[in-house]
Amino acid sequence: MNLLSIDDLDREAIERITDHAARFAEVSDREIKKVPTLRGRMVLNLFYEASTRTRGSFELAAKRLSADVVNFAADGSSVEKGESLKDTVLTLNANKPDAIVVRAPWVGTAELVSGWTDAAVINAGDGKHEHPTQALLDVYTLKRRLGKLDGLGIWIVGDVAHSRVARSNIVAFQRMGAHVTVCGPPTLIPRGIEALGCDVRFTLDEVAGADVVYALRMQHERMADAPVPSLREYAACYQINERRLTARQILMHPGPVNRGVELSGGIVDSPQALITAQVQAGLVVRMAVLYTLLSGPRAQAPLPEPQLA
Amino acid sequence: MSAAPLLSRPSPSADLLFRDVHVLDPRTGFDGRHDVRVRAGELAELGAAGTLEAEDVEVVDAQGRYHLLPAFFDTHVHLRTPGQEHKEDLETGTRAAAAGGFAGVIAMPNTDPVVDSAALLGSVREVAAREARVPVGFLPAITVGSAGVQLTEMAEMRDGGALGFSDDGRPVSSAAVMRKALRYQRLCGGVLALHEEDVSLAGKGVMHEGAVSAALGLAGIPSVSESTMVARDAALAAYEHGRVHFQHLSVHESVEAVAAAKAQGVSVSAEVTPHHLLLCDEQVRGLDSSTKVNPPLATESDRQALIEGLRSGVIDCVATDHAPHAREEKEVPFEQAPMGTTGLETAFAVLYTELVLGGVLELSLLVERMTAGAGLFELPVHRIAAGEVANLVLMDLDARWTAGEHGWESRSANCAFAGRALRGRALLTVAAGAVAYRERSFSLVAV
Repeated sequence: MNLLSIDDLDREAIERITDHAARFAEVSDREIKKVPTLRGRMVLNLFYEASTRTRGSFELAAKRLSADVVNFAADGSSVEKGESLKDTVLTLNANKPDAIVVRAPWVGTAELVSGWTDAAVINAGDGKHEHPTQALLDVYTLKRRLGKLDGLGIWIVGDVAHSRVARSNIVAFQRMGAHVTVCGPPTLIPRGIEALGCDVRFTLDEVAGADVVYALRMQHERMADAPVPSLREYAACYQINERRLTARQILMHPGPVNRGVELSGGIVDSPQALITAQVQAGLVVRMAVLYTLLSGPRAQAPLPEPQLA
Repeated sequence: MSAAPLLSRPSPSADLLFRDVHVLDPRTGFDGRHDVRVRAGELAELGAAGTLEAEDVEVVDAQGRYHLLPAFFDTHVHLRTPGQEHKEDLETGTRAAAAGGFAGVIAMPNTDPVVDSAALLGSVREVAAREARVPVGFLPAITVGSAGVQLTEMAEMRDGGALGFSDDGRPVSSAAVMRKALRYQRLCGGVLALHEEDVSLAGKGVMHEGAVSAALGLAGIPSVSESTMVARDAALAAYEHGRVHFQHLSVHESVEAVAAAKAQGVSVSAEVTPHHLLLCDEQVRGLDSSTKVNPPLATESDRQALIEGLRSGVIDCVATDHAPHAREEKEVPFEQAPMGTTGLETAFAVLYTELVLGGVLELSLLVERMTAGAGLFELPVHRIAAGEVANLVLMDLDARWTAGEHGWESRSANCAFAGRALRGRALLTVAAGAVAYRERSFSLVAV
């Protein structure tokens, strides 16, 4: 069993994972935070892209479940010069990992990897395509705060074009019953995105109607072709700040935040912001994902329920 | 042009009798059961079924089950010689052509190095004269290195056998350079075959821009990247009274631009590939790198416009853009894979299965469009008539097979149609009067 795309999960499957996550959250509040659930299992982090938080989150999640963790980090350029992705995977796979967590700058990498290994493959971000565990942790965070997503109006604001978070979250939020609007500069809203079922707006004029505002990181590193005239103008048009966000609205952001660009410094620190809660959710949701995948039919023996003591 | 335009290896001339075979040639009007005699590589005699006597030669007794068609002609293939023989070479590429029923192909110059001089053209022609199973013509580059800056020595290359010129794989981005090529065409002639792409619009795109690219997070190539260049070059051709051929049309806007140019009497022609006629961007969702092609697979409505363009004649011919790539080159993430699919071995069968059996096109129209390309490059079109050189394909339209099930004649396997259940299979191909291919399970009956 793999987790390659959020699209592979129906509502029930998403809820099963967030329910597991809620139970793991109790573990995280205890003095001894580790459970023996995945003892003897091996989780391989295969990261072709710099990522401190996602990798750290997966590593900690695996360790909390008592799995062994191996990290393999490479930058894309070294791969182009030398060993192919396939050969790297076949080599690492020779050590028989139970799960491979894949992050890469190329669309479809996790899916490709899944064809070369029997391990459970988890997509931790493939290019601008998908980031399913981010979507799951965001759903979990909203459920914890609001109980459910049904009927919520969620605005995803910013650089949708370069955002794998946006793509996975549009699908996940809608699947959980929310209504999604994407908003950003026309140059950063991909043509045809409305086919995913979301509405498209180019101004924040109607953002007051949103229950949740999900701001995206303005990705400097992907701005070589200057899709907006300046960050200053971007902030003037799209920054989420105290003036634009009313007290009843919730603010989310996948991190890392550019204070003063997509979010004002003050709003980041406000009680409306769930940003820290999202990070905490990342750990327990990834524990739940590892637990779910590794206790599936592939496992040699049924795993015990997570032991809470 | 003094040198022979098409070259193949020396082969013994065929002597064959096709008995009671369904002859179909839209140009000469045959559409019925006949006996056909090939003597010394020429179509010597056509007679009513069962009337021609065997003359101590091989006999194909078709009993009405097989069709005899004029062999196909492909205006656009990549045979990869020189420099990329790990993907394909003149021998394997023309073997694939013959297996697909083609008796003539035009090779593109985007090899390593680019064929952009008379010396290089001479050397690939020499290889063709040694290795090619079916006649091969060459389009050397329009600009040196296909870099889009300086014209190649077109007059010398025309004398050396160039059919025309192309920077295929890359556009002639500068309108001024394109205009210069069209002016120079008055001196040396030769069709300018154009890969139309505005690289500033295409950017780093890897598939068609639209709902599918938005969902996949892949950089998109907008349809106007192609169509604005088609319109530009049609206008330049009109202004300079030039002759241009638009390669591999992929979007409806381009079909409209070609139709407009033709309506104004501009000397333009156009080709379309089987994959653009049969696949669209929805097929890219699975991220199979064999669906990564340039121009990219566009939308279903573009596909319909291409079919309609082919039917109406706005698009003159089918060309495969056979683009072999080695397995390890395509076995990478979609964005890193090179563009292209093979097509020679499947072209007729996929189009026959989907469009003819699907009730979209008549068989005779498909045969016309798969043979018309030769005429666009001032070459004789394959015809079935007494006195013609034998360029024939014996086709079993009822044969059922799965693309790639027994491997490929091509050195590469990157076929977007691999695994498809197909109908229609070439049993025997005669090219320039010689047997170029026999299907392995099919043997001629000696009498």
